[in-house]
Amino acid sequence: MNLTNNFNFFEPAIFELRLYVAGGTSESASALRNLKEICEINLKGRYRIEVIDLLLNPQLAKGDQIIAIPTLIKKIPLPLKKIIGDLSDTDKVLVGLNIKQVKKNES
Amino acid sequence: MAELLENKIVKHPKLLKSPIGIEGLDDITEGGIPKGRTTLISGGSGTGKTLLGISYLVNGVDKFNETGVFMSFAECENELQENVASMNIDLKKYSDEKKINVEYIKLDRNEFEEIGKYNLDGIFIRLGFAIDSIKATRVVLDTIESLFDGLNDISLIRSELKRLFQWLKDKNVSAIISAEKGEGIISRFGIEEYVADCVIFLDHRIVEQISTRRIRIVKYRGTTHGTNEYPFLIDSTGISVLPITSLELNHHATTERISSGIPDLDKMFMNKGFGKTSNVMVSGSTGTGKTSFAAAFAIETCKRGEKCLFLSFEESPEQLIQNMKSIGINFSPWIDKKLLFLISTRPTFFGLEMHLLNLYKSIELIRPSTVVIDPVTSLLSQGSGLEIQSMLTRMSDLFRSKGITSFFASLLSEKNEVDSGEIISSIMDTWIVLRNSELKNHKRVRNLYIRKSRGSSHYSNVVSFTFSNNGISIKPINEIENKKVMNLSKIQFVNESNKDLH
Repeated sequence: MNLTNNFNFFEPAIFELRLYVAGGTSESASALRNLKEICEINLKGRYRIEVIDLLLNPQLAKGDQIIAIPTLIKKIPLPLKKIIGDLSDTDKVLVGLNIKQVKKNES
Repeated sequence: MAELLENKIVKHPKLLKSPIGIEGLDDITEGGIPKGRTTLISGGSGTGKTLLGISYLVNGVDKFNETGVFMSFAECENELQENVASMNIDLKKYSDEKKINVEYIKLDRNEFEEIGKYNLDGIFIRLGFAIDSIKATRVVLDTIESLFDGLNDISLIRSELKRLFQWLKDKNVSAIISAEKGEGIISRFGIEEYVADCVIFLDHRIVEQISTRRIRIVKYRGTTHGTNEYPFLIDSTGISVLPITSLELNHHATTERISSGIPDLDKMFMNKGFGKTSNVMVSGSTGTGKTSFAAAFAIETCKRGEKCLFLSFEESPEQLIQNMKSIGINFSPWIDKKLLFLISTRPTFFGLEMHLLNLYKSIELIRPSTVVIDPVTSLLSQGSGLEIQSMLTRMSDLFRSKGITSFFASLLSEKNEVDSGEIISSIMDTWIVLRNSELKNHKRVRNLYIRKSRGSSHYSNVVSFTFSNNGISIKPINEIENKKVMNLSKIQFVNESNKDLH
């Protein structure tokens, strides 16, 4: 497989998002709900969400330096972004994930 | 009231302790920090909080077979390893052997954004995992207050810290939490409110260019603890605190005698010399020969095959060796044989407490049977009257408890013999006064007399003494003046113990 084939500057990048939660707390649940909504509206078809439950996999917390729950990490596209909280402020999340800027550039 | 009291006694039979493994510190805390509870260690930056935390864990592994978790909010694992390497602690070895888990919590405001509600479960989960994976019983959180710098929601941090301390208790681990000292308060963010069981305060202060580290137990629920400030040292062996057990009055008196190293002087003490484990002081103004008496005593110790620790506050070892050669005393062979240990320190180098602590460490290391301090008076210029008294008492107690015979040279002119002498002499068993006197024919003679000798008979008149290549020889004073030959062995003895009965 040629890696360069997957990398196209002219096509909008796929957002790889990772959401760290701890069991079914209300913050975790609303973070996931808020994230899905934001992505459906703003990134339809070009996002991937991976949910990691640290109660099941506590050893994964160290690698991404998780302190707070919930934590959202955007690994791709760069730059890496980390947001803690239940993502209840959509505008802030869009700015935080550099989505708003992306939209501005496109228009 | 009585019921309440009874309840208390029944409910808290005895507080279990988790020993820190630093002898002096475990003395002060009567066995260590409270087991299964949280202890706060507070202090300014560079006071040794991190090192104390690491020592607690390392000693836990080495001495008590307990594993531990070090959660660092300030330094990453590599930095920590490097920092404690100078104390001869190989932290990596402990992590590799899964004895100590180091968990670094990176807090950088610039790296994340806060949007909406969150909690600090991430820390709980990581700490829990670190504890469970090696079944740790000791936990150190260094310095958890960094959370306040890294996150915006102060009230959330407070409630989460409260939850964390309760969680640690439920986990039944003994925890140390370090915090930065605040302005006029114990910790910058007042977290001592949540840690109610034990609070230890570290201090590093510089008074008149002398730096002293001190440790104090501010609070220890359910335990009587030392409330004083205790000095401590940080050096290549880590932290050491002067143990207080050595200051108890549990030493037993002995009737054994040891030679002063000067046969004529021994004769003045009924042919027997000084009492073993007693404190001997030789005082005199400058140039009266105090150091020579000290040297004779030191050499005598070595000749018996015992060790002598000679602390000089005026001369370097080289100077001392050179000067003593002139009166026929050669230190070098005894130094080579590792029986004589010359240590020179500037009195102004440390505070009194630190001198005492250093002395304690040297004694622990060398285990001498005699100690010479030359002169003790230069040490005493360091403190006030009360401090000096306490220092001397503790010093003499330290010697006694280790079975050490101590010899203090003391720079006292006849003028200040009374005031300064009083402070020092009260703890001394034997006091010999040296003097230079001028005769009518402009000749100068060296005189001495025994001013005090607790519990032993002695010759109490003034005698004269001379230095030669053969050392120090003493003659009764009448011999010079009347040109009559007198025999020292026929001198009259006074029994001090009888004289003191008033």
